[in-house]
Amino acid sequence: MIFNWFRKNKKEYPDFWIDYLDSFKAPKKDKVDTTRFVAFDTETTGFDKKNDRILSIGAVSFVGKSIQVKESLELYLEQEVFNPESVKIHGIMKKGSLEKVTELEAIKLFLAYIKDAVLIAHHAYFDKTMVNEMLLRHGLGKLKNEFVDTGYLFNKSKHIIYRESLKEHYTLDDLCKELNVPKVDRHTANGDALITAIIFLKILSRLDKRKSLEWDYLLKA
Amino acid sequence: MKNSIAERVSDFLKDYPPFNKLTNKTLLKIAIEVTITYLEKGDTIFKKDDVCHDSFYVVRDGAINLYYSNEDVKEITNIHDTGDLFGLRPLINKEPYKLTATANEESIVYGIPIEVFQSLTDKNNKVQKYLITAFASNAFDPYTEEEAGKIFVDYLPSTSQDIVNFQTANYTKSPITCTTTSTLQAAAKKMSDHKIGCIVVVDNEKKPVGIITNSDIKNKIATGLFPIETPVTNIMSSPVMTGKKGLTIAHGQLQMIKHSIGHLCITKDGTVNSKLVGVLTHHDVLVNLGNNPTVILKEIKRTKRTKKLREARLKGNTLLRSYLEQNIPISHIINVISEINDAVTIRAIELALKKMPTAPPVAFSWLALGSQGRNEQLLFTDQDNALVFEDVPENKYEETQTYFLELAKLVTASLNKIGFEYCEADMMASNPEWCKSLTEWKNQFKSWILKPDEKAVLLSSIFFDYNRVYGNKELVDDLTDTIYTTLAETDIFYKFLARDATKSPSPLGFFKQFLVEKNGEQKELFNIKNRALMPLIDAARVLILSKQIRGVNNTSERFEKLAELEPNNKELHESCSYAFKALSKFKTKQGLLRNNSGKFIDLETLTKEEKLKLRRCFKPIQEIQDILKIRFDLKNFI
Repeated sequence: MIFNWFRKNKKEYPDFWIDYLDSFKAPKKDKVDTTRFVAFDTETTGFDKKNDRILSIGAVSFVGKSIQVKESLELYLEQEVFNPESVKIHGIMKKGSLEKVTELEAIKLFLAYIKDAVLIAHHAYFDKTMVNEMLLRHGLGKLKNEFVDTGYLFNKSKHIIYRESLKEHYTLDDLCKELNVPKVDRHTANGDALITAIIFLKILSRLDKRKSLEWDYLLKA
Repeated sequence: MKNSIAERVSDFLKDYPPFNKLTNKTLLKIAIEVTITYLEKGDTIFKKDDVCHDSFYVVRDGAINLYYSNEDVKEITNIHDTGDLFGLRPLINKEPYKLTATANEESIVYGIPIEVFQSLTDKNNKVQKYLITAFASNAFDPYTEEEAGKIFVDYLPSTSQDIVNFQTANYTKSPITCTTTSTLQAAAKKMSDHKIGCIVVVDNEKKPVGIITNSDIKNKIATGLFPIETPVTNIMSSPVMTGKKGLTIAHGQLQMIKHSIGHLCITKDGTVNSKLVGVLTHHDVLVNLGNNPTVILKEIKRTKRTKKLREARLKGNTLLRSYLEQNIPISHIINVISEINDAVTIRAIELALKKMPTAPPVAFSWLALGSQGRNEQLLFTDQDNALVFEDVPENKYEETQTYFLELAKLVTASLNKIGFEYCEADMMASNPEWCKSLTEWKNQFKSWILKPDEKAVLLSSIFFDYNRVYGNKELVDDLTDTIYTTLAETDIFYKFLARDATKSPSPLGFFKQFLVEKNGEQKELFNIKNRALMPLIDAARVLILSKQIRGVNNTSERFEKLAELEPNNKELHESCSYAFKALSKFKTKQGLLRNNSGKFIDLETLTKEEKLKLRRCFKPIQEIQDILKIRFDLKNFI
């Protein structure tokens, strides 16, 4: 199946993928405060995009500045690949008591959740790659969503005089500390997603103060 | 499906009322429905006159201001911190908001949908009552003042309300004044022009010299006592009571209660000798407070029945509870509760006097003894009291004493009804031994001081901490004079007292374990009163008596005074004062928990932290006992 994916025409894609693509046909909203954002985070077995797998996906969505707890997404994936090392960090066991879904089921639920929202993640490139690899394994295309990286955005929010002292790489913990976000739920996927969302909102308010905010300013060039 | 966020939300909520009254299961159901909102500084959650939201709010992080907005005037009524509720109006009625809520700083709030919340807590009375009370106490509307008093009966702790007490009082910053040379008519004109109820009379340097209120005009002018052209200096109340810029509401309120006044002049340095900068009125205080001791005191002063006194005193208890939960400084709590206790006693005496067939034959004074005398009584404890009456000819003595014994019986009976248990040792004014003429009392104290024995020392712990609650002041001053003169004649009495104060050793055993009671009903319980509080109380008493300091009865204040007098022992005295406050608070909390005096503590129920805290308080006990041993040379005193 994988070798001939480029020859596939649209009809051969599963319905949920088509629905996902269709959601992008709606006219684009260009204002930040009416745009639907989804902050998400993945816990993985490791950092190798080919061999490692996603263990869990957490996501929260919001329009404006309010997040509905009920409408968050929290998925735990059944595993074939398993790295005992990473259990120490996120605590997800191969056979834990958590209710788990297959990878394909997770894709369906995730796509139905994000739709055409602007995605926010911390060091978004990694999460984006991991999700795209997962989609690829199932013969689907890459994510179509716009991405905002909170690490990048944070650097932008810093005043020019502090730019020199900026680090190349801020961890989520660094940002929590800098922005005074309580780290109550680090290392569960949707806890980190919530933290990412709040970090995003906090940075946004800082950027907005200087009134330099335009839509594409948020996006990584 | 698992929702970690909801779990965290519920984890947060469970520590705050009213959510702490719900089960985890219910809480999780509510948490799922919560909306988490991020607010920048200055963001508005709702505005005055906005249609009610379908949620009420809990502050998760940061702080939310609530204020009245009238065109361009913004008057902040309350600032809500983490765990506080706001926006409760839609729970009560569907009228538009009366206040505006904005973020005081970057904040995160949880919105709790009312429909979900109500359907899940419908049958939980405590929760409903809490919310109504929280609502009432947030709506600082003078017109609901009476109602707030009623709701207060069921007052459950609100974390937001009484914090206000310790905020800086909001006083009138540009008070209307007139000079000492004005006529009353001119002053009254000014008052009516500015639609105000009082005017401050100032001298050339703007220092306040007197104050004229509406009631002065009513009582002194309208009754024809003075002509309307009279100089203001004739009818003003003078001197004025003053307060310093930046005084707290609680402090201002206490001043007013103490002096029975309605206005406090705010001056630059807090005395009458500096420039007037503002006026704090009783109304200002009430606007700042929903439920408050003033309301309780007012109620006590007006009541005609003992039953009502009991209700009022019970309200004091709920007030106490909420103060403790909110970590209001214990010294302030003690002050307020003492005022209430004294007011209750005074009213009980007044009511008893009315029941007596005749007026008292001679002047008398009612003394509070023991903990009430020291103004340290927080919970209902035993009543210890005494009565002293003016000297009468010998042939009239029995008759006079009989009258006062009758009176005392009425008073102690109603105090008992109010909730102060009869004293087991019968140390009450209704006992002929403790209801005596001035001369008899003087002789009694002299014999205790000059010929001390075990009994004298035992009684001294109660009688030497007397405090006049009602009646003639001169009688009591006279008695006090005699006591101090006698004390100066001898050292032996101090030795007795000091020995007594050191007789119960440090409450920790050899292996740093708590010493618990070995027998009786209280076996295995820790007696915090005898083992920890009494040694401090006794030490403070003997030290302050030996310094001939009068009028400082309160143990923590005694230690503070001692710290002032003995700079080389300053630190120890201060830590004793602190330990005493901490221990009293501890005892009071225990008492409230078990609905008794809190004297005995079950160590099993304490957390490790609490035990550590207790232990820390015991350290100064031993040190102060060492000082007593050296100072009063107890080594060779058997």
